[in-house]
Amino acid sequence: MIKTIGFALNGETVRLTVDAERTLLWVLRTDLGLTGAKFGCGEGQCGACTVLVDGEALPSCQLSVESVEGKKITTIEGLAKDGKLHPIQEAFVEHDALQCGFCTPGMILKAHSLLAANPAPTRDEILWTMDDNLCRCGAHVRIVAAVQTAAEALKGGSK
Amino acid sequence: MKKEDVAERRPGVDLSFSPLSRREFLKRMGLLGGGLVVYCTVGDLPAAARAPRTGYAGANVPTDFNAFLRIGADNRVGCMVGKIEMGQGVITSFAQMMAEELDVAYESVDMVMGDTDLCPWDAGTWGSLSTRYYGAFVKEAACEAKAVLQELAAERLGSPIARLVTENGAIFDKNNPSVRVTYGALTEGKVIERHLTELPPLTPVSEYTVSGKSYRRRDSMEKVTGEAKFTGDIRLPTMVYARILRPPAHGARLRRADTAAAEKMKDVQVIRDDELIAVLHPDPEGAAKALAAIKAEFDLPETGIDHETIFDHLLSRAPTPSVAGRAGNLAAGEKEATAVVEETYLNSYVAHAPIEPHAALAEVKDGRATVWASTQAPFGVQDQVSRALGLSKEKVRVIAPFVGGGFGGKSASAQAIEAARLSKRAGKPVMVLWTREEEFFYDTFRPAAVVKVRSGVDKKGRLCLWDYHVYFAGERGSENFYEIANHKESVYGGWHMGPGIHPFAVGPWRAPGANTNTYARDLHLNLMAARAGKDPLAFRLEHLKDSRMRRVLSAAAGKFGWTEAVPPSGRGVGISCGIDAETYVAAMAEVAVDRQSGRIDVKRVVCAQDMGHAVNPRGATLQMEGCITMGLGYALTEEVRFSDGKLLDVNFDTYQLPRFSQVPSIETVIVKNDALSPKGGGEPAVICMGGVLATAVHDATGAVVRQLPMTPERVKAALRAAG
Repeated sequence: MIKTIGFALNGETVRLTVDAERTLLWVLRTDLGLTGAKFGCGEGQCGACTVLVDGEALPSCQLSVESVEGKKITTIEGLAKDGKLHPIQEAFVEHDALQCGFCTPGMILKAHSLLAANPAPTRDEILWTMDDNLCRCGAHVRIVAAVQTAAEALKGGSK
Repeated sequence: MKKEDVAERRPGVDLSFSPLSRREFLKRMGLLGGGLVVYCTVGDLPAAARAPRTGYAGANVPTDFNAFLRIGADNRVGCMVGKIEMGQGVITSFAQMMAEELDVAYESVDMVMGDTDLCPWDAGTWGSLSTRYYGAFVKEAACEAKAVLQELAAERLGSPIARLVTENGAIFDKNNPSVRVTYGALTEGKVIERHLTELPPLTPVSEYTVSGKSYRRRDSMEKVTGEAKFTGDIRLPTMVYARILRPPAHGARLRRADTAAAEKMKDVQVIRDDELIAVLHPDPEGAAKALAAIKAEFDLPETGIDHETIFDHLLSRAPTPSVAGRAGNLAAGEKEATAVVEETYLNSYVAHAPIEPHAALAEVKDGRATVWASTQAPFGVQDQVSRALGLSKEKVRVIAPFVGGGFGGKSASAQAIEAARLSKRAGKPVMVLWTREEEFFYDTFRPAAVVKVRSGVDKKGRLCLWDYHVYFAGERGSENFYEIANHKESVYGGWHMGPGIHPFAVGPWRAPGANTNTYARDLHLNLMAARAGKDPLAFRLEHLKDSRMRRVLSAAAGKFGWTEAVPPSGRGVGISCGIDAETYVAAMAEVAVDRQSGRIDVKRVVCAQDMGHAVNPRGATLQMEGCITMGLGYALTEEVRFSDGKLLDVNFDTYQLPRFSQVPSIETVIVKNDALSPKGGGEPAVICMGGVLATAVHDATGAVVRQLPMTPERVKAALRAAG
């Protein structure tokens, strides 16, 4: 059904008239032109489509656009501020914590939601949280190191 | 040309190459926004004449050297390569090679990749060939361009060439450094064509300042911000998304398809083009709904073949073998042997499973086609699209943006042909994005394979017999590099066999064939070491003269802290080594096996490799880590299950890729060998993972797991058999 739906996207209010059953992932990628969230599996199994919904990392391929009415959505495009990378992004660059880069936006947002809830995670806590997100190139050891570096860098402040 | 390079070529793809005409070359430079190009050529020097420098002796090489670079008036250097970037990191190492040989700042090099209109021809990005072969041509082009720039500078500055020095994109007179000119100032405003009379010398490795130094990935800024564009991210006005009617099983035949309901849906266009039945809609969800509205009936095949019976099927179809290597006399070896061990090892089908499924956006209009595709072979796609649409190659431009993982699976790019055919029929740009189910269904899997080995040791505990038979993995990695008096390697079919052998398509999967061969060889060697009462490392070294292999084994052992013991020692340490893409690699691992559950916990993997001159040691390290991590999957969890042509694993819920919690501590060593030109880096380390973990499981428990992946069930069965 066509509805007008509003939510906050990377700090700005958006309202759009759209088939309410469409997925947040594809509304972001087509109507809103934000292609950082990727289509990987369509079943919430890989994490490539991860976005933050009120700070929580969720697979946007499993969310209807209607379900985020009134919520705060952050995509990878909304993480850097005024041209300055977020400390998690910086840590991924510093550690070369990526290869093909297709899973990277999802990895960074997953790490963001972990560190917001648990600013000083143990190594095991990082592993078990990041387990939801798949990387085929095998950048895992560097992603873990990047999350640890970012946790250090973020000490004392939640962002 | 090495045999393996020929084997990399996919059948059915026209790889003929004709050098660019001058007119085409100038057109290409025009597309780059100006003709500020150094165009030089050493007469009509055939590729063969350069073979000692490039390593290439045969055909199928790019000879349009000078299309590799463009020097702008702003002193920036465009480096154009027909290769694509899929995570392997050549976007960084090519820039290093260009900067090194042209003598410009690394930061001043801009990479242009995988665009058939802008880049020199290339067969495809596979076989760990980019750095070791294509890189040689990048260096040749830079070297020649530098010589031309020196000639131009001599004229401009009025100084003899002998007094000129190049440095960081400029040339000056060593007697008077203020007499200088930048490359950009020399090339400004014109296309320069010069003929050199002889090949200028390449920079000796001892003088390298950029190549051999570690650089971070140059694409990470784009990739951490979401700015990096993959094929599926590209949007064109009026474009639509396609979904295509697919059979439920391989070998299924369409009886009828009723598209009436789909045709009535708003904004939906139905296309029927021979066997291709597709629905188009402005958004992917609309296309999916329209596809669901098609009523289709298929006749399903009954083959009786599944993932368990496949091995008998394969053995029944084995062709006459070729002999990859032999020495001595097997009968003599049998006579000498005091102990003979005969085993059969199985390897399963595995998927490439890149996180980015195959994608293509095609715009066919005004007799031309532009296709963006996630492909490892943009020039191959250009050929295929030109044939599918009946357009000449010059009318087809293929662009491979960043590719979200390939591993061999995007050597085949059927999605690009589908998009092109649909765009031609629809008259608007069409995006084909395979779903994960389609990605599994149409993957060119690594083939299931069988290895039979019969080998023996003499009374001194030395290998005297090695009779090796490999079915459908191919010869890569089967070669014997040990000193064994009587050996023979028989190869029954390759990894690329066509219909009639496998129930679906198979193809190159990272180091094709070598994973199967290395697993079988190393597990079998562990059994022989056990039989001879020797430590597996010492046993290997007793049979090794090759100094490169001895060096990587000793480097791995040093890092690992290897201590001698006869397997099974109960410690759970494993060893594997091999040669792939001319790189020598050795790995050691430590595992714990839970006897109750059959679960294998990999604690630690150490890997050493000699890859000749490592252009970017950091990038090479990333590839080694990636190989080790990816290799955990085929060793432990990944297996494509199927029955009667229907795939039982079509998403990541049942097809288990390696996850964070399974990844061990990984340590890598690059054994320096600058005397050799760069060798392969993208594949070698993956070949050891089956062998190193299977030998570690054997060492831990005495269990011989004769099939990969070593699932808990297979481990438990092997434990029971071992008693």
